[in-house]
Amino acid sequence: MNFDFSDDQKFLKSEARKFLEANCPTTSARKVLEEDGKAFDEGLWKSVAGQGWLGAAIPEEHGGLGLGHLELCVIAEELGRSVAPIPFASTVYFLAEAIMLAGTAEQKADLLPKIAAGEVIGAVATSEGPGVVTAGNLQATVTDGKLNGTKIPVTDGDIANVALVLANENGKAGLYIVDMADASVTKEAVKTLDPSRDAAKLIFKNTPVRRLGAAGEGFELVERIFDRAAVLLSFEQTGGADRCLEMAKEYALERYAFGRVIASYQAIKHKLANMYVKNELARSNAYYGAWALNTDAPELPVAASAARIAASEAFWFASKENIQTHGGIGFTWEMDCHLFYRRSRQLSLVAGAPRVWKERLVSHLERRNAAAAA
Amino acid sequence: MDFNDTPEEAAYRSQVRTWLETNAPKKRDGSDPEGGDSMAASKAWQAKKAAAGYACITWPKEWGGQGGTPVQNVIFGQEEAKYPIPPNPFQIGLGMCVPTVMTFADDETKKRFVGPALRGEEIWSQLFSEPSGGSDVAASRTKAERVPDGSGDWLINGQKVWTTGAQFSDYGIVIVRTNPDVPKHKGLTMFWLDLKDPGVEVKPIHQMSGGSGFNEVFFTNVRVKDSQRLGAEGEGWKVSLVTLMNERLAVGGATGAGWSQFLETARNTPGLDGASALQDQAVREKLADWYVQAEGLKHTRNRTMTALSRGQTPGPESSIGKIVSAVQMQELANTAIEMLDQYGIINDSDLAPQDAAFHWSLMFAPGLRIAGGTDEILRNIIAERVLGLPGDIRVDKDVAFKDMPTGR
Repeated sequence: MNFDFSDDQKFLKSEARKFLEANCPTTSARKVLEEDGKAFDEGLWKSVAGQGWLGAAIPEEHGGLGLGHLELCVIAEELGRSVAPIPFASTVYFLAEAIMLAGTAEQKADLLPKIAAGEVIGAVATSEGPGVVTAGNLQATVTDGKLNGTKIPVTDGDIANVALVLANENGKAGLYIVDMADASVTKEAVKTLDPSRDAAKLIFKNTPVRRLGAAGEGFELVERIFDRAAVLLSFEQTGGADRCLEMAKEYALERYAFGRVIASYQAIKHKLANMYVKNELARSNAYYGAWALNTDAPELPVAASAARIAASEAFWFASKENIQTHGGIGFTWEMDCHLFYRRSRQLSLVAGAPRVWKERLVSHLERRNAAAAA
Repeated sequence: MDFNDTPEEAAYRSQVRTWLETNAPKKRDGSDPEGGDSMAASKAWQAKKAAAGYACITWPKEWGGQGGTPVQNVIFGQEEAKYPIPPNPFQIGLGMCVPTVMTFADDETKKRFVGPALRGEEIWSQLFSEPSGGSDVAASRTKAERVPDGSGDWLINGQKVWTTGAQFSDYGIVIVRTNPDVPKHKGLTMFWLDLKDPGVEVKPIHQMSGGSGFNEVFFTNVRVKDSQRLGAEGEGWKVSLVTLMNERLAVGGATGAGWSQFLETARNTPGLDGASALQDQAVREKLADWYVQAEGLKHTRNRTMTALSRGQTPGPESSIGKIVSAVQMQELANTAIEMLDQYGIINDSDLAPQDAAFHWSLMFAPGLRIAGGTDEILRNIIAERVLGLPGDIRVDKDVAFKDMPTGR
């Protein structure tokens, strides 16, 4: 049994933590959050690119480090811990994964080296309004290689150079690569719960596109891309949840009430124990997702769903109970608690809400159980 | 990252498989999981394992073990579980009691008892909990007093409770109060004793679930020799920590009906609008949550196993198992029963789905949330030992035991 990261991967993790502690204190997220018009921390983005992290899982022939997805997982966990305000997920978990999964040789040769070098920021645009986007309500359309439609919200849509857009062509959904520099694309920033991450409304008017993957298989491809992203996001969420538990613990050990530290009251101890339990369940599910992602196992859809559900629950619980543990000061703008509370919402929604993943998971289990019984 | 054995583990597994193929029972003998009919089969299987060195794999060779690793022990357990082996009534004895005897008793005692216990010829019980102290074991009131005849012998009087397997046990280790004039932790002493002594009375406890897996044990002037003392007089609490250190390994998590059985039952039960209950969104979301918890525990065990495989001490994450599984067992059972609507009240195994497994779980889960550390005590343990938060304020720490308020 070898269900753990290797020593090399753990070393990478501890180096990533040191790097982010030096280069990405929470003031980095706070600055993006507070400054109007600041979409991300450009300095941090450049130095993260300099570390080679953007290309950690991109093959060497395409300018990456060619390490693998386990290395990307340990980096993701540290980014989550530090609430990094950069378009890492959009670019690496979504765009790079999509191109590696479904891109032609030409698309890979074009985009992957630029992603690895930090020259391209990505975005994925599926949502068009409130609720779940489905084949029944998808409005964006591609005709003769031109895209028309509106996407909202698109994380990092303001700053992306390349977007992946879900749209119908001849009545069937496909996924399309859009060069965001094209003058036909209108970008409007939208206000979100987590302003430390960028989001936009995108309007496409006769925008030229290239198709990614097969025609008519847009939703299937989105599912496969989101499975991969979900595993990586689950590490970010676990990292964030662990940091919330640490913050709550540190505060509870210094704060006195009724003559003793509040960490000595069972109401607080049990709250923190519950956080620990949820975080460990999330971590173990994330590990299994990492294994499935790294080996491209047929279990990936189930493993990714479980990882995403567990991590979303853990980060939500830890971020809200961290505020509660802090009491009144936890509700202030100046304390960092809300940065994690906000980020927990951003990460839980960006690849589809937990209830969507629960439905996907149960559908898979239903089929698996039925197949086993047959 | 993978789930494969190391070459050494693979070799050991193959050796174990070969041995089990020849020696393991192919069909189940006996039917009563709480002893009775199956005892002869259990003893026979234990003797067979002991003869081949598989009874206590991690024990030193001189005591009948293999000097093996914890991983080898887990591997044997995994392979053994593939066969219809009889119940294991030796677990508490060999997992907790006998290791305590091996640590604290003299050579003569060890030579007398370790072998027969290993071979399943004699069964041991652990007598810690009392009516006055479950979570607070150090509040034990059962007392041992010196017989005033110069023999050095002791007389034990009092009562223990929730003693697993006492009805078929031969010996036990018991924690008793030998000095009520000092604070509670300092006045305890540990002894081993013969449970067939006429002064020992074992009464099965009728559980709310209907079964009787546990007992009350009453002591009336049970005379024990001073040589039966394990550790120094007044050091019983420290001795008990050695015993309890092994508890986490010895107390298995009974799981009852799980998500997979729930899914099948939902599929076959009419839900809202007459469609299958498996189509009810509320049911599906809960099912997803239970699956994710069960997978989380499974992969947490895989992480623990990995640490053992690497020769490391498992991390504290292994402490979350019972809290999660016991609570889930209760919630899952209740949801299944409510899903059956009016029919859910029926627990006749001929009529209820899954042979009434959900109903059994519902009635057993309250016990599982208490046994081997209540949900609340386990949260204290995580908070204090894992997260390093302060212990509770102990109002009884410096008070002589006899002066402690006891309620009733």
